[in-house]
Amino acid sequence: METIFTPWQSLAGGALIGLAATLLMLSLGRIFGATGILSGLVSLGPAQDRVWRLALLLGMVSGPLAVLLVTGQMPTVQVPVSALMLVIGGLAVGVGVTYGSGCTSGHGVCGIARQSPRSFIAVLTFMIATAATVYILRHVIGV
Amino acid sequence: MRLLSTYLIGLIFGVGISISGMANPAKVLNFFDFAGTWDPSLAFVMGGAVVVTFIGYRLVLTRNRPVFDEGFALPTNRKIDLPLIGGSALFGVGWGIAGFCPGGSLPALGTGRWEVLLFVAAMVAGIWLAKFLQSVGGAATAKS
Repeated sequence: METIFTPWQSLAGGALIGLAATLLMLSLGRIFGATGILSGLVSLGPAQDRVWRLALLLGMVSGPLAVLLVTGQMPTVQVPVSALMLVIGGLAVGVGVTYGSGCTSGHGVCGIARQSPRSFIAVLTFMIATAATVYILRHVIGV
Repeated sequence: MRLLSTYLIGLIFGVGISISGMANPAKVLNFFDFAGTWDPSLAFVMGGAVVVTFIGYRLVLTRNRPVFDEGFALPTNRKIDLPLIGGSALFGVGWGIAGFCPGGSLPALGTGRWEVLLFVAAMVAGIWLAKFLQSVGGAATAKS
């Protein structure tokens, strides 16, 4: 499935992600990592730690609705994979980010911005693994 | 005040993810498909996010403490070990299969699409599974 190259939109979106990461550090002194936010929310930690995570998650989920309100269009979500692949992929992502202590936001944005060697290694590892997986699925197996 | 600002920060992130293309698996997978329908957009997302965060953190971390908390909670673990590399590799495999990462999928829940819900449910199951395995492994290590 072809997608259109959107450098300016993607750059603006990225800048907003960076702004959110900066503001979370300024207000709560926390790294903006989707992994940490979600796993803290679904685990049985102290309740007060779940409140800010829930507020953050509700804000995140409101994002597409805000875009709909302003532009009159929902953000595009095209899913070129089967339901089974969503489940297998979701399980692998959940297990992987828990052991790896982070994902694209925590390691990829915040960790790289902090010049953390751990995050550099994590990002390099998952970028290579993702590219290899896409290559094998699309060009070797032909899904 | 604290919760309202936290909500708004989540909203900024959610809007950023929405317009950047990170919530769109077709676009994410094409970024990694150099041999096929390559779409380099995601490099601009990462570039924009890292540059703004890099500058933002330098400004913010000159403060003694954050606005609504006693201190900054920065990661202190500096070990480069097997869980970091193995976990990251497994995350990459999952991202390559489904096209959603955690930060892309959570805002995408707001579109109400069943595919996103299915992915997030499986991801939460994966988090629980890993936490369980870690607690069992931790207990076994403690015993031996």
